[in-house]
Amino acid sequence: MDAHKETFREEAYELLAELERSLLELEDNPDDMEQVGRVFRAMHTIKGSGAMFGFEDIASFTHNVETVFDQVRSGKIPVTRELVNLTLSARDHIKDLLDASATGNTVDKANASHIISSLNRLLTGVDEADASAEMQDIQLPSKTQATYRVQFKPHPELFMNGTNPLLLLNELRDLGECTVTAHTENIPVLEDLNPEALYIFWDVVLTTDKGMNAIKDVFIFVEDDADIIIDVLMEEDLYGGMDQPQPRLGEILVQHGAISDQALAKALSSQMRIGEILIKEKVTTRTAVAAALSEQSQIKKRIEQRSESTQTSSVRVPAEKLDQLVDLVGELVTVQARLSQKAAKQGDPDLVAIAEDVESLTGGLRDNAMSIRMLQIGTTFASFKRLVRDLSNELGKNIELTTAGGETELDKTVIDQLKDPLVHIIRNAVDHGIETPKERREAGKEEAGTIHLSAEHSGAHVLVRIKDDGKGLDPVVIRRKAVEKGIIPSDAELDENGIQNLLFAPGFSTAEKITDVSGRGVGMDVVKRSIESLRGSIDLSSVKGDGTTITLKLPLTLAIIDGLLVQIGEGYFVLPLSSVEECVELTGEQHKSRKNGNILNIRGDIVPYVRLRDEYDIQENTPDLEHVVIMETYGKRVGFVVDRVIGGHQTVIKNMGSTFKDARDISGATILGDGTVALIIDVNKIVDLR
Amino acid sequence: MGKKILTVDDSASMRQMVAFTLKGAGYDVVEAVDGKDALAKITGADIGMIITDLNMPNMDGIELIRNVRALPGLKFIPIVLLTTESQDSKKKEGKEAGATGWIVKPFKPEQLVSVVKKVFV
Repeated sequence: MDAHKETFREEAYELLAELERSLLELEDNPDDMEQVGRVFRAMHTIKGSGAMFGFEDIASFTHNVETVFDQVRSGKIPVTRELVNLTLSARDHIKDLLDASATGNTVDKANASHIISSLNRLLTGVDEADASAEMQDIQLPSKTQATYRVQFKPHPELFMNGTNPLLLLNELRDLGECTVTAHTENIPVLEDLNPEALYIFWDVVLTTDKGMNAIKDVFIFVEDDADIIIDVLMEEDLYGGMDQPQPRLGEILVQHGAISDQALAKALSSQMRIGEILIKEKVTTRTAVAAALSEQSQIKKRIEQRSESTQTSSVRVPAEKLDQLVDLVGELVTVQARLSQKAAKQGDPDLVAIAEDVESLTGGLRDNAMSIRMLQIGTTFASFKRLVRDLSNELGKNIELTTAGGETELDKTVIDQLKDPLVHIIRNAVDHGIETPKERREAGKEEAGTIHLSAEHSGAHVLVRIKDDGKGLDPVVIRRKAVEKGIIPSDAELDENGIQNLLFAPGFSTAEKITDVSGRGVGMDVVKRSIESLRGSIDLSSVKGDGTTITLKLPLTLAIIDGLLVQIGEGYFVLPLSSVEECVELTGEQHKSRKNGNILNIRGDIVPYVRLRDEYDIQENTPDLEHVVIMETYGKRVGFVVDRVIGGHQTVIKNMGSTFKDARDISGATILGDGTVALIIDVNKIVDLR
Repeated sequence: MGKKILTVDDSASMRQMVAFTLKGAGYDVVEAVDGKDALAKITGADIGMIITDLNMPNMDGIELIRNVRALPGLKFIPIVLLTTESQDSKKKEGKEAGATGWIVKPFKPEQLVSVVKKVFV
């Protein structure tokens, strides 16, 4: 059930986001009935599913909003700004309730009752809606056992709505000891028979302790499609005795309406068995007597024995853990790589074939496990609409948020960790980027500013762009600020790019005064660090007067890295392939003859390099010819010298654990096909640490 | 006819709950997000029973029932309507459209199974 709860919670958050979108849409186009329908459906689903999964507080609160929107849907209440605002606050309250259900915090009940009473005010003057949430009565099993006669005579067209009467009889059988007699006398001759019609009817004698309502429940769907008569034949107290006398066949037949009292009296005066007499006298049919006889025998049996009631039980299954799955798949990939290597070495064609099968299956499994973790970024984008709306209202600005590429998929972890940095960047854009309408008018721009949020695939990366058409960055102001704050010396020589990068320096804030909106303390340096912890990078470009674009480059997933496997001495290392630009050779001559530090000249481009041998103090077996892997770090090209480049290696990242937390330039490890461990190098950190 | 059930609901958590419960009871489950999706998925899929929500975008439950009943070979398929609107009018409308039965939300997993057993194998 907990897994369902979690799904509900996620779904509810999505619905709330959709709700918000629809409401904002509705604010602009109050006559858009499609949006009204969407709001209603979102509320309806939150209420319905909420009640299912134990979120009664959410269900009952949402019910109020649903009621109002039901009226809006039928045109009885108009869409007003007040309604939208009220519904937005109701939406926020539902979100609070959802948050609280996860954290265990309490929510503001006064706020809830305020919203409800305001909603109810909207309802007054409209027909009183049926506000009582109907719940099904759950019938407690009665303690007493009883024997019932059920006469079930379906209408001929019963089949037309998919009902199978045999299942209903089975259900009766499940309730207790049961004897069923089918009456076939109404079946016409073949040429008159309609194969889609039902001609049979049934008499059932049932002994059960579930009570009359349980029997009625069996027929709940066919009440209107059949004549159903249920009579109590005999009641018995489970803990006491029974006092009814054993019924006689003649009496039963009279009760069934199969014969009259007179016919019975006449038959009784004869010496033959009563059933035989009645059939012979043609006052009833053989089936009718058979039904009555079976009823009699069952009651007889009941009197002789007692049956125990049966109890159904349900089983709970623990929820699967996705992360565990991905972990296991990771292990499997490693084992599979070992198998493939072993198979290739042995050269046994059968083993190779098996290894290839395992490889393709493992690959499929891995892609599948990863894809389960992929989410569309669109929902995150949508949540910013509200942010921008509220912030711009607060600041008296007119800002529109547009989005593109919402269908781009990213790993769930990446999306989760991306949200805070994005909020910060957008807040900055609203607060510092976009000007007030007055300023914009004076600058000859449209009064309404635009923030454009987009996502697109770029190889193994996703690029997320936040572009505003605000005032842009003023290099002069940035420089002045940086000097004031002692981030750079007053005589520092910086190009435009360098100046813009100052924004990411710790403790930098350009706002003339600190506002509530973009806050203080947390600056762009924190944003930069969180993006880098996602193995991503951030880039900023800005034109004074035209606006600013911030581009985030993010990996598709954190669990797998596309690496370049290299060897240094006896050890193996992995470099992130996405940042590799090219590989060049470095002869011992070149290295020894260097004059001004480790610098390479690659086609006229000056590239500094780091010799990983020196970095990790690996002395033995220096080859004559080393290789330089040229990588992009912080937008600059840096070379990393290794002994040998082995090739591309897609690998599952294993965390190093806290024991190695001081090894900051190692971001993780991976296990190679032969069981060797290779360390994954964080090239940015190496550059940082120098 | 296989033991395959089509569950139609725009709420993922409801679909998950229905699918989880029914799979646990030994049924195969196919999911559809609305009436249109359901109609697309039902043809040739050897579906033995349909459980559908009432309120859905694109095509609601009632319309779906009418459409299914008109399909060749599905005239007698059991269809159960899943609804929070327990008003008689909705049940009646559903029955008239050809629903076999209904389940009122909220329900417990065992209630769902018992309704399925009531109308399906």
